[in-house]
Formats: sequence, C-alpha cells, structure tokens
Amino acid sequence: MARINWYKYASPTNFYPFAEKMIPWFAFPAAVLFIVGLYVGFFVAPSDFQQGDAYRIIFIHVPAAWMGMLLYVLMAIYAAIGWAFNARLSSMMASAISITGAMFTFLSLVTGSLWGKPTWGTWWVWDARLTSTLILLFLYIGFISLQASIDDPRRADRAGAVLAIVGVINVPIIYFSVQWWNTLHQGATIRLLGKPTMAPPMLAAMLIMLAACWLYSIAVVLVRLRYIIIEREQNAARAAEVSV
Amino acid sequence: MFRWIVLRDLTLAWKGRVDVLSTLFFFLIAVSLFPLGIGPETNLLRLVAPGVVWVAALLASMLALGRLFANDYQDGTLEQLLLTPQPLYLVVLGKVLALWLVSGVPLALLSPVLGIQFGLSGKALLVMAVSLLLGTPVLALVGSIGAALTLGLRGGGLLISILVLPLYVPVLIFGAAAVDASMVGSGVQGSLSLLGALLALSLVFAPWATAAALRISLE
Repeated sequence: MARINWYKYASPTNFYPFAEKMIPWFAFPAAVLFIVGLYVGFFVAPSDFQQGDAYRIIFIHVPAAWMGMLLYVLMAIYAAIGWAFNARLSSMMASAISITGAMFTFLSLVTGSLWGKPTWGTWWVWDARLTSTLILLFLYIGFISLQASIDDPRRADRAGAVLAIVGVINVPIIYFSVQWWNTLHQGATIRLLGKPTMAPPMLAAMLIMLAACWLYSIAVVLVRLRYIIIEREQNAARAAEVSV
Repeated sequence: MFRWIVLRDLTLAWKGRVDVLSTLFFFLIAVSLFPLGIGPETNLLRLVAPGVVWVAALLASMLALGRLFANDYQDGTLEQLLLTPQPLYLVVLGKVLALWLVSGVPLALLSPVLGIQFGLSGKALLVMAVSLLLGTPVLALVGSIGAALTLGLRGGGLLISILVLPLYVPVLIFGAAAVDASMVGSGVQGSLSLLGALLALSLVFAPWATAAALRISLE
C-alpha cells in the first residue's frame, strides 16, 4: 500500500500535522544552501571587472526578484484553484504565499536601490524593470489589504482570487506598457546587467541562492499556512460548538 | 433590461447631481492646484500638463466608483438585480456605461478648458479629449471590479484606491503618451490604438470579473 491518498491532504486538519513534518525538510536545506551560496558568492566568485565587488548583491537581488514574480503567479494559481474547486487549503495557501511574495518583491527593490547607488550613482531610476517591480509590490499590497479587511474568510478567499486573477492578466500589460513608456521617455541610459556572459562560479552562486530562496519560501509558507489553519479551524470549531 | 439599467442609473444620477458635480469639481480643483505647486512658468506647465490632467482624471474616476454599487447595495436593489434571469454581465455593463456617461464624458469634455490653462495647443487639446474619451471607460470598467470587491467593507473608499490604482497604470501611460506625442508632433495613432485595445479587452473581461465579484460580495 505505497499509494498515497493525496486527497487526504487537501483537508486542512490532515494537512496540519503533515506540514509540521515537512517544514524541517525544507528549512534545513534552505539554511545550508544559503550558507553555501553566500560562501560561493562572496569568496569563490571573482570580482567583476567593471563593478568590482559591488555586483555581489546580485546573489540576493536576482533570486529575490525572480521569487517576487513567480510567487505572484503561484499565488494566483492557488487562489484560482481554491475558488474554482472550493478547496479551502488552496485558498489558505494563496494567503500564505502573498506575504512571502511581497517580502521578496520588497527585498528586490531594496537590494536593487542599494546596488544602484554605487554602480549608477543613484538610489532610484525610473527604469522599466524597477517601475514594474514597484507596481508588482502595489498589487501584492492590494491583495493583502483586501483580504485583511474582509472578516468572513470564505469571502476573503474568493475576493482575493478575483483580484489575483485580474492582477495576473494585468502583469504583462503593465510590464509592456512600462517598458514602452520608458523607451518613449528616453529614460536612464544605464542598463541593468550589460554583461553578456557570467563566470561559472557566479552563475553557480546565483542558482544555489535561487534554490535556497525556493526552499525558504516553501518552509515559511508552510509555517504560515499552519497558523492560518489553526486560526480558521478554531473559529470553525467554536462556531460548531455555539450552534450545538 | 440593459437600456432600463442605463436609464435608471442616469435618472438616479440626475436626482443626485451634487455627487456627479463634485467629481467634476474635484477634477477641476486638483488640476488647478498643480500650477500653484509647480510655479507659473508656461513652458514647464506645458511639459507636465498631460501627466497632471491624466492623473487627476484617474483620481476623479476612482472617486466616482464609490457610487457605482453602494446605494443599490444598501437598499437591496443589487440583490434583486442578481436574482433576475438576465445575465449579470449586462447589468454590470449597463451600470458602468451610465457611470461613464455621467463621470467620464464630462471629464473629457472639460479637459480642453484645463488644457488651455496649461498652454496646450489646439491639436494637443483635441488629442487629450479623445484620449480621455477612450481611456475613461477603461477606468470605469476596471474600477468596477474594485468597487464590487470592496462592497460593504469598512474603509472601502481607501481600499478601492489601493486595489485599482496599480491596475490603472497602462491607461495612464498610453493616455499621457498620446498627448505628449501630439505636443512634439509625432504620431498619436499608436497610443490611441493601444488605448482602444485596452478598452476592447476590458469590455470583454472586466464586466465578467465584476459580476463574479458581486456574487462573492453578496453571498
């Protein structure tokens, strides 16, 4: 009987102990990979001939930016599944992801501006990518604040799903419009990442950091998911008691 | 049914014309504040005019969204509308059309007057009005999703701005770009076509999303 009944874990009460068991399996590799990735990034990878050591922030910046974008799509998919199939756990997953996604987007903006100061000489440029990342952060904030201001969890899940889906359709439109706007206004002449190739250790460090960020996200999302389950299922239990 | 909804909402808007007028006055006052903040130099004002007018139009149409469903929600009409056999899509489209007629169209018609204050040329004024005529229905359509989602929530007015303003970005960009292009004498067709494309896209999808959001909010 090696077959696992996956539907069993679609129930929050069954998923709760399962998540507890899974968290260390993601948290510890994440910690190890963070250390390895930072070591490779700071001590093994060579200095950039143009930017010197300042470029090393890339090892946090790029994975954070990727995570910010990917998690938004993932959040929308979970929210849509939760809405379409009435799967509570899936909707809870979307809420759990939203905070981590916003955190990574914010991190990528902060590291980007820290990186911009030494290399471009300015904290902020109205570059297409920066601007669209900023708007992505606004979309996350919209999702989080909409869910936070609705008391009924079912309505919060579904309203969030509509907003996330509308947001996902809009992300490419926003991205291209911002890019177009940028070329029209002849914005900054400085471009992100002019390097044609990367030294292998640099690439390795970045990929390790990316894996670390993924594992970290999964671990943190599972932790947050457990809290959401406790909160909601307790309410459900209390409501059941009252009605009896 | 569609016509009935439009006529009904227009009648209601006429009865409560203070609301309609205050949106327009907001637009007027907001735009007029910019020269006071920036300074009276005509060249500078001409440069910022497309952006200023468009941002003010964005904010004004967002403020108008509060009226879209709120009253019908409070007196129970909305619930009845949801129960009718007619597709909710058409109901939403009718309400949005009525909202646009009383908020978007006057805004676009008023914009040349404001453009003159900023020293825009005749052609730029025309392009501004046209771009607003094309863009404001998109704002109303996309905004209706936000209005439906925040129905009956505390702090709905502020929340709707957080939800809707990021989604307005493409309209702002293409709208202001069209006016910009007409000022420097390059083609305005590209931006206007893109605005038209956004309008077509939102005409198809936005009422559907709003209908779904209404069902969720009224459950």
